[in-house]
This record gives sequence, C-alpha cells and structure tokens, in this order.
Amino acid sequence: MGASDFSNLPHIGESVKRKEDLRFLTGVGNYTDDINIANQTYAVFVRSPHAHANVKSVSIDAALAMPGVVHVFTGKDIEGKMGGLPCGWGITNTDGTPMAEPPHPILAIDKVRYVGDHVAMVVAETVQQAKDAAEYVEVDYEVLQASVTCAQARTNAALHTEAPDNHCYKWAIGDKGGVDEAFKGAHHITKLDLTNNRLVPNAMEPRAAIGHYNRAGDDYTLYVSNQNPHVERLLMTAFVLSLPEHKVRVIAPDVGGGFGSKIYLYAEDVALTWGSKQINRPIKWVCDRSEAFLSDAHGRDHVSTAEMAMDKDGKFLAMRVHTDANLGAYLSTFATAVPTILYATLLAGQYSTPQVYVEVDSWFTNTAPVDAYRGAGRPEATYLLERLVSRCAWEMNLSQDEIRKRNFITSFPYQTPVALQYDTGDFHACMDKAQAMADTAGFAKRKADSAAKGLLRGIGYSSYIEACGIAPSNIAGALGARAGLFESGEVRVHPTGSVTVFTGSHSHGQGHETTFAQVVAARLGLEVDQVDIVHGDTGRVPFGMGTYGSRSISVGGAAIMRALDKIEAKAKKIAAHLLEASDTDIEFANGEFTVKGTDKKVPFAQVALTAYVPHNYPLDKLEPGLNETAFYDPTNFTFPAGTYICEVEIDPATGVTRIDSFTAVDDFGTIINPMVVEGQVHGGLAQGIGQALLENCVYDQETGQLLTGSFMDYAMPRADDFPEFKIGHVCTPCTHNPLGTKGCGEAGAIGSPPAVINAVLDALHEVGVTDFDMPASPNRVWQAIQSAKA
Amino acid sequence: MLVQLTVNGKPMQADVANNTLLVQMLRENLHLTGTHVGCDTSQCGACTVIMNGDAVKSCSVLAASANGSEVKTIEGMAQADGTLHPMQAAFKECHGLQCGYCTPGMVMSAVDLVAKNPKASEAEIRESLEGNMCRCTGYQNIVRAVQTGRDAMVG
Repeated sequence: MGASDFSNLPHIGESVKRKEDLRFLTGVGNYTDDINIANQTYAVFVRSPHAHANVKSVSIDAALAMPGVVHVFTGKDIEGKMGGLPCGWGITNTDGTPMAEPPHPILAIDKVRYVGDHVAMVVAETVQQAKDAAEYVEVDYEVLQASVTCAQARTNAALHTEAPDNHCYKWAIGDKGGVDEAFKGAHHITKLDLTNNRLVPNAMEPRAAIGHYNRAGDDYTLYVSNQNPHVERLLMTAFVLSLPEHKVRVIAPDVGGGFGSKIYLYAEDVALTWGSKQINRPIKWVCDRSEAFLSDAHGRDHVSTAEMAMDKDGKFLAMRVHTDANLGAYLSTFATAVPTILYATLLAGQYSTPQVYVEVDSWFTNTAPVDAYRGAGRPEATYLLERLVSRCAWEMNLSQDEIRKRNFITSFPYQTPVALQYDTGDFHACMDKAQAMADTAGFAKRKADSAAKGLLRGIGYSSYIEACGIAPSNIAGALGARAGLFESGEVRVHPTGSVTVFTGSHSHGQGHETTFAQVVAARLGLEVDQVDIVHGDTGRVPFGMGTYGSRSISVGGAAIMRALDKIEAKAKKIAAHLLEASDTDIEFANGEFTVKGTDKKVPFAQVALTAYVPHNYPLDKLEPGLNETAFYDPTNFTFPAGTYICEVEIDPATGVTRIDSFTAVDDFGTIINPMVVEGQVHGGLAQGIGQALLENCVYDQETGQLLTGSFMDYAMPRADDFPEFKIGHVCTPCTHNPLGTKGCGEAGAIGSPPAVINAVLDALHEVGVTDFDMPASPNRVWQAIQSAKA
Repeated sequence: MLVQLTVNGKPMQADVANNTLLVQMLRENLHLTGTHVGCDTSQCGACTVIMNGDAVKSCSVLAASANGSEVKTIEGMAQADGTLHPMQAAFKECHGLQCGYCTPGMVMSAVDLVAKNPKASEAEIRESLEGNMCRCTGYQNIVRAVQTGRDAMVG
C-alpha cells in the first residue's frame, strides 16, 4: 500500500478525539509516583553542593543511626561492581582518533563534577526520614576551580584525567578547501556570532522510579518515567549491571511529558534497581523540581560563528560554521550526537548553498550534562542558519522573504553538501502560504500604527527543515550510533476481530493511543474503538527504540503497517479457503474480503474467528491464529519543513516584547489526526517562543552554582505569554515510508526561536541595535536599547 | 494528628504528621492520586484542588489546617454514572491536554474561575491560568477548553 492510497482511507485525516483523555481527566492516570509496592522503601540522593571538588571522605555513620534508615549507599559500595553510564554515540575526531570518553560513575567515587552530582543514596522507611538522614551524610570536599563555559573549559583545570584539556572531540563535515575557495570569489560575506542559550526541559511530571528486585525469580522490575523502556533496559543490563535482559522488566507507565529529558539512562535508575537487590526491598524515588533543575539533562548551549559567502544577487555560494558545544560534566546517553549528526547535517537548511563546512569542538564543563531537548541539534542549526540568512538579507538590502526565495531548493531528491538527501518538499509553497496567512502585505501599515503609539514593530522569518526518524541503522552505525534505529510493531487480532497493537514507540502526551489506532482501524476497516495500543513495557512489547526525534508515526507507525501487511496476507489465505477461491483472487477493502469479479465476500471478523476456531481451516497449509510482528528500519530520514513568520511589538520604554502574531506553515507529509498534530505544533511553539523570550538556564560563572534552580527564577511560559497561533499546512508526502508521514513533534520548537529573534532585531534595528541573542526578556531588550543609545 | 475532611462528598480521615501537606494526605493517605505534584515552590498548580469553594494549591496547605473542610478533587468531578463534568468534557473536546499531568489542576482552576467569573473573557482566562503551568499544549487549546467549559457550565 502506497502512501497516497493510505491517506485516502477512512479515519485518516480525521480529528478523532483522544482515547487516552478519559483517564487523565478523571484522575486515574497511572504515573510512576502513583504506583506503590508493598514493603517499599524511599530513596533520597545526597548531591554535591560544589561544581567541582575532590571527595576526600564520605561518612555515613550518623546517617545510618537516624530513625527509619534502611541503608546508605556511597561510591565505595559500587566501585568495581558495575560500569558507569554508557554514551550511546561514539564520535571520531577529525584526526581519526576516538573522542574522549571518561567514565560516568553511578555514584561519585573520588570527585564531583557539577552541582547535583550524586554522592550517596539514602534509603529509609519514609521519604521524610530519608531526607532527614541525608542531612547527616558528612562529605569532606576539597573545592576545585570550576568551568561553566566552553571558553573557561579551554584553559581551566581538567574535570577528567581522560580529557586533560576538557576537550571531548573536534569533528567536522563538508569540504573545507572548497568552501575556502568559494569565499575568495564572493561578492559579499556576512558574518555572525551567536549563542544558543542553555535550557531546562521541565516536563511537568518530575522524573520518578521504583526499583523492585524479586528474590524468588531473581529478577527486577523498574518502573520509571522514561521515553524508551527497551533502550533503558538494554543500556542498564548490558553496559552497567551485567544482567541478562530477560531478568529485567522496565515499565514506563503514564509519563507526564519528556521533551527529550526522559530518553536517557540516569544514575538514579541504576542505583535504585541495584540497591533493591542489596536490601531485598523495593526502593522508590521521586525527584523534587529543584532537584530536577540540577540533575535532568539540559538542552542547547552552543556558541557559534557563522559566515555566508554570496554573489551580487544574494545567491549563497558557501557557508562556514564553527561551533563550541558545552556537553556538561559527563556524556549523557545521546549527548555527542546532538552537536554533530543532529546539528551540522541540517545546516544546509532549505537552501541550495553549494558548499557548507562545519567544525564542532565539544567540551566538558562543571554543569549538568547536556543532551537532546525537543528538536535536538535541529533547533540549534535552524537558529544559526535562519539568523544568518536574515542578516544576509539586511546586509544585501533584500527583504527576509526575498533572500530565502532566491535560494530555496526547488528540485527533489536533493543531495546537500552535508550528507543528507532530502526526498521531497515544497519550500516556496510553505513561504507563500505563510505570507498570505500572516498578511505580510499589511505589515508596513501595522508598523506605522505601532510607531504612532511609540512602539517598535518587527517582522521575522524562519524557514526550517528538520530530519526525523533517525535512519537507517547501518548508516547511523557508520556515523557512530551504538544502537539500531528501527522500530517494532506487533498486531494481535483477537477472535472477535478487535485488535491490540504492541508498539515499541512510547507515548508521553503525543496521543499515540488514538493516532496509531486510527492507522490500524483504517487498514483493517474497523472502528477506532476496536483497536487498543499498548506501549511502554518491555514485558509486553516485543522490542522498541522509544519516542524521540519525531520518529513515532514514521518509524513506529511504519512498523505497524508492515505487521498489518502480514496480517492482511495471512487473512487473505484464510478468506480464500472460506470463499473457496484462490488467494490471488482475494481483495481486501473496507473490512471485507471479496473474490475479484464476484459478489462473494466474508467480513474481517469472521476471518479472525476462523483463525482462532480453526474448524473450517486449511490446517495443513496454515497455522491458526492471527498475530504478526514486524520490525521496520527506515531507508532515510523524513524531512518536515516549513516557514514561520512572527510579528512583535516592543515598548522601548520598558523593553517588553509582545508577540502580536505568529504564523506557522508546516509540511508534515500525510497527517493522520489534524487535532493532535495542531496540538503538537502549539506545544513546540510554546517551547521555542519560551526560549526566545523567557527561558534561560544560568550558572554562576565563578562558582558553577545553578542560579535558575526553580520555577521562581527560571521563567516558564504561561497562558498569557502567547497570542493565538495561526497554523497552516502544505503536504508533500514522504516518499519512502508507507504512511507518507514526516513527524510533527519538534517543528514548533525548531522553527520558532529565529523567527522571534529576527522579528526583535527587525524592530530594534530602528533604535540602532544590530545584534541580540535569546532570551528577549524585558531587561535584556531594554539594556540593548540603552547600549545602542550610548 | 487525626485530620477529618469531607472529600468529594465523603467523610474521610487520616492520622498524619503535623507537617503533612494536604496534597500528601490526599495522595498518600487517601490514595487519591489524581492530584499531582509538579514543583516544590507552589508555582506549577498541578496540585490545585477546591477547598471550601476556593481553588487552592494543596502543596501549600497543611493537612492539619484543612481539618473539617470540604475538599473537591479531580476524582469527584464526574457524576457517579461516569458523565464528565462540563469542564472535563470541554478539555477532551478541545484537545486541552496532552501528557495529562497538569490537567487535573487545570480543570480545578478552570471550574473555580468560571464559578466566580461566569463571563470570563479570553484575556481573563489567560490571566487567571497564570498559576497553572503546562509544558505540552501551548495553552491555546486549554484556553479554548475553558471557554467551551464556561459556556456549558453557565448554560
């Protein structure tokens, strides 16, 4: 079944209301902290108050004597008994050597490397007792010089003996010589220095986990708020605890948002699982929000220089980029992939720039580990490129839309100079639609109206492209991936024709239980309510790589489609038997099997029943049952793309920036459920605009203390920070998956930050501000205006 | 100490420590886990319940000080036959939730808002939701849900 056939089926393109909503709306959702196990204990982690220090001694005697304390684990308890947290992506330096890969111990052994680093795990009968006892763990620290920025890491004391210069890797992509040559012949070169500020993901449900060892079976169950339970199990069993996988079941029940921060294997998960065997009791841990600020993997944190060489018409000839990426104190699971494969390969953007060269240096600093956060590398690429492109326009006296239109790729497939091959897209259509929806023609009048009120108005453009559904496994492997990137789907048809699907992708707000059910219902001619989706449990789902990178429908959904192909093929054989016809003459549509050219037919439910009650059944040729599993490895990434247009109004007296309108036109290929897709776009926009206007993770540059450590001082977006978003779509179906889908979860967060900042710069240009980085908080905008005046 | 409450119309009691918060008592003693904890600074609003007719953040109320009060949680919003409260139905209809974690607090705040301001405008709704954070929906559909729920409640 081709993508276009699929998109015409019933239920596809229908805004089916979500099946999962009822439990969330009535308070019977089942998040990890809602689970309690008989005889469970509670863990509290003792965390380092220093960014960088030698741990001279840890004394637990006083803590052990506190009421209710069951055990206190320290680094000495685990030393030599388990591996450290593994990094899932190895990077090769430009000189051919491997990256520096220092160990990441589960509990600190002789050194702490960021505020919040784990020093001990206190286990007690109640949370309060564990908290009280944690105060009595005495740690003797010798404080060392801290590095917070990449620039400091270049010269400061080493965090790891394995990386004496704090350098993790130098990596590059593109033809350096070719780019240098093209720059020599350029009519104009635009140069831009910019910072992509560090963010805290802040899923509303803080991380939580329960480690539960069962002595009778010598096995473990880990309940954990996580986006990919199979990968969690794989990493923990194979790389840390040396346990056989069949002895560990990982269950990620309802998960209250992830945004990347719950992809990773965290030290707490390992400590709880291992510790539960040591005390032979379940151990529960629920992260406080302030603790989450310290210990969840952060996002972004790039400092870059970019240059574009152009001819006299503003046609891009070549681009050159250097980025310093802050990886934090240790390598989180996918940290190394973010500033390389997920970032540099997207820097061609939507443009036919013939030559691109990108060099990345990444660094260890005394900050929380940085990893993928909504978009992962793609927002960093888009922010850099789209800021640069608008600046090119301003320097060439062209409009922001004109320079984009002059450089858009128009012919597909298109091979970029930085490894990717875009299969399809229509960038001009997205731009045209966005301009119409945003009424860009009326901008000049609106600007004059703002000026009459003493306000500055600006318009900003951003034309993004992203790569979703990281693929295929063998190419990713050649680029350093240490895991496969396929997905699995099992379709279990029950005797009465209803269906349960077991998917390896994971839903933590994306609505898979509805969207995936639509896909299956459409294919089998069922009602959506006849299909249930199961996910998030290694004990029930065959295998899975989880949910991140907007891969669920394009990879997970495609795996289910493959399983449905097998279901259909077998069901046709059963139908052929029932209809006394050749199976090559059987056709299946609208839930009925028919014999070509006749009126003989049998419904799907009857075929299902026959498979399980095989009385009239070709048992000599066919096994009973109707249950098929497929694993799908994509042949390429998918490439969602779009154009976003933002209009801001700034009060120069206060620096307050108000988003007056925001238009997002995206090409996600086939859309299964427009309501769900629109919701995903809204959420992404809120996070992207949040970064652009409000959010900023700040460490004290001398001490390495986290200054934005709670919702009191990290500005989270709220309902009155946004206008109504204008959302539009263009559809060029993906050419290489059976659904034609491209993925939609990250687009908003990728495309919106440069649109906002370009608008801010467009507005501030009038008062002499030419450079500005996120976030455009009132104070920072006001300061920029004052500096320009001075 | 023994704390006695009427929760969702039923008398309930628990023996709790003096420093137990209302949210802890609801979740841990009364096993009403629909009320969530999303922060430790009373900023996020995931723990919002209605106490004696007012929406409160149950993470900033001591269980002891709630002794004798009438508390309504998300578990008590639907009718006994399962019919959703108009505000719950509106959140489903308008796709006003994604991961669902902030949702109970949002619904409780929204019901309180409409009870006190049945004609709340879009701007007033956005402003009054300031104490409830959501990281998934971008708020637009939550605002629509509250408007739809408002119309259904007011009739």
